Amino acid sequence: MAALTLERMPSVPALATRLRDTTALIGRSVRRSTRQTDTLLISVLLPVMILLMFVYVFGGAIDSGQTSYVDFVVPGIIILTAGYGASSTAVDVANDVHGGIVDRFRSMPIRPTGVLTGHVVASLLRNAVSAALVIGVALLIGFDAAASFGAWVAALGIIAAYVLAMSWIAVAIGLVASGPEAASGFTFGMLFIPYVSSAFVPVASMPAVLAAIGAWNPVTPIADMVRNLLLGASVPASTVLAAVAWCTGLLVVGLTASSLLFRRRR
Amino acid sequence: MPVISARGLRKSYGDLVVLDGVDLDVERGQVLALLGPNGAGKTTIVRILSTLLAPDAGTARVAGHDVLSDPTRVRAAISLTGQDVALDDLLTGEENMRLMARLAHLPRAEVRSRSAELLEQFGLTDAARRLVRTYSGGMRRRLDLAVSLLGRPQVLFLDEPTTGLDPRSRNELWDVIRGVVAAGATVLLTTQYLEEADQLADRVAVIDHGRIIAQGTADELKTAVGSAHVELVLRDGTVQRLATDGSVADVRRLLGDVELRRLDVAGWQVRTPTLDDVFLTLTTSRPALAAATPGEH
Repeated sequence: MAALTLERMPSVPALATRLRDTTALIGRSVRRSTRQTDTLLISVLLPVMILLMFVYVFGGAIDSGQTSYVDFVVPGIIILTAGYGASSTAVDVANDVHGGIVDRFRSMPIRPTGVLTGHVVASLLRNAVSAALVIGVALLIGFDAAASFGAWVAALGIIAAYVLAMSWIAVAIGLVASGPEAASGFTFGMLFIPYVSSAFVPVASMPAVLAAIGAWNPVTPIADMVRNLLLGASVPASTVLAAVAWCTGLLVVGLTASSLLFRRRR
Repeated sequence: MPVISARGLRKSYGDLVVLDGVDLDVERGQVLALLGPNGAGKTTIVRILSTLLAPDAGTARVAGHDVLSDPTRVRAAISLTGQDVALDDLLTGEENMRLMARLAHLPRAEVRSRSAELLEQFGLTDAARRLVRTYSGGMRRRLDLAVSLLGRPQVLFLDEPTTGLDPRSRNELWDVIRGVVAAGATVLLTTQYLEEADQLADRVAVIDHGRIIAQGTADELKTAVGSAHVELVLRDGTVQRLATDGSVADVRRLLGDVELRRLDVAGWQVRTPTLDDVFLTLTTSRPALAAATPGEH
């Protein structure tokens, strides 16, 4: 009896508590990632296979101008990977809200949105591993990166921003989906968006309609920016602006949609 | 002062009225069972009292705090075990316990010890390092309940804790719940089974179509619907019910009467009231029940 009526320990400052809660939930999501070996293998190995396929199968037939195709395509592969990662994020979120675990988190003295943050951070880490692998393999097969340290940081920064935005959009998809299978289906679109952009072929080589779409595709300025940075070329200010604006915009959309949907979903 | 107290709770989804003015009181250390069929509104009451859902109208206080204006304090005092097991399938039993212990803000030093202690108490020590997805239904429910006790809640909400379990697992879980109650927790549980309410609860509130239609002890309810009876099926197809207290002597006396009256009996059985009987009786108005339904105006 006495044990059950004991007061809880006095609360430490709210921010520190929230940080500890979120850290615990990030730990949970990361641990989940390592347990889903099939998904993990696909999200880590598939990008490498796609890289090899693009370089050795299609690459010879694609005219990437002065740039060798492997130099051209690396940013595209990393961006495409974010799409695969998004699918498992959406499925994880849908699993959580359709099982009982989110209700449990909501009935605890924590900010339950931490569970979403946990999935997003795990997604960033999974993408970091697969991007590192893609870059490593690309270097082995002749990727001629000539970037300064600052350019690497800028390139990885914009990729991280894009992955972050895609992860929050995936969270929103997971929240809106009627179940894990539906969530997985919805994210399929995210896999195709990069194809109609400058990620794999120069936009100018596409038919007029697709070229117009490609020019406005958010992936285009991001892929261009990363490519130029990694190859040590200069990046037009307009490209940087467009890339940053798209990432920020997509992130705001993803975050807003996620928080509204999470609150609505009861 | 009651630990759980609700007045005039209402909730509708469009035209569908889920709760139609519910009043509830549960005293400290008491177990109240909300008994009713699917769709009666049991889960909605639990979700409102555990701060997951806002009512359209009405007020509720749990552990001295208002669920609407002070949900964080309420959450710090309660735990919820829902119909869906709230565990992570891809973590082990031990990892689930430790994660929830951290989120329940147990002191760092206590996270491991309290997890181990509860796993032991719920007979899960041997399975502690296995992924939860390999657990049986009964083990999941036990772990779910163990998790909900980590933060030493004053008030436990158990939403259909044994639905879908085999009889043996159900009995095991009942024992576990009795232990929790003996330790002094206040419990509100929902169930579709009169037997479960009978086994666990001090008081039972029967709910139907979003209204509490009767409240009392399990014995009061059973008495209200008529106690056990001997049911005779005659060869001409008619059915006769003879009230009994269920004792051997009384049943023998009744059957003796039947023999004397030379009734042509095709079959007979002793029946105790079931949830169906409670409902049939309560939903066809019987004035005698008014005494067992305080708070209904």
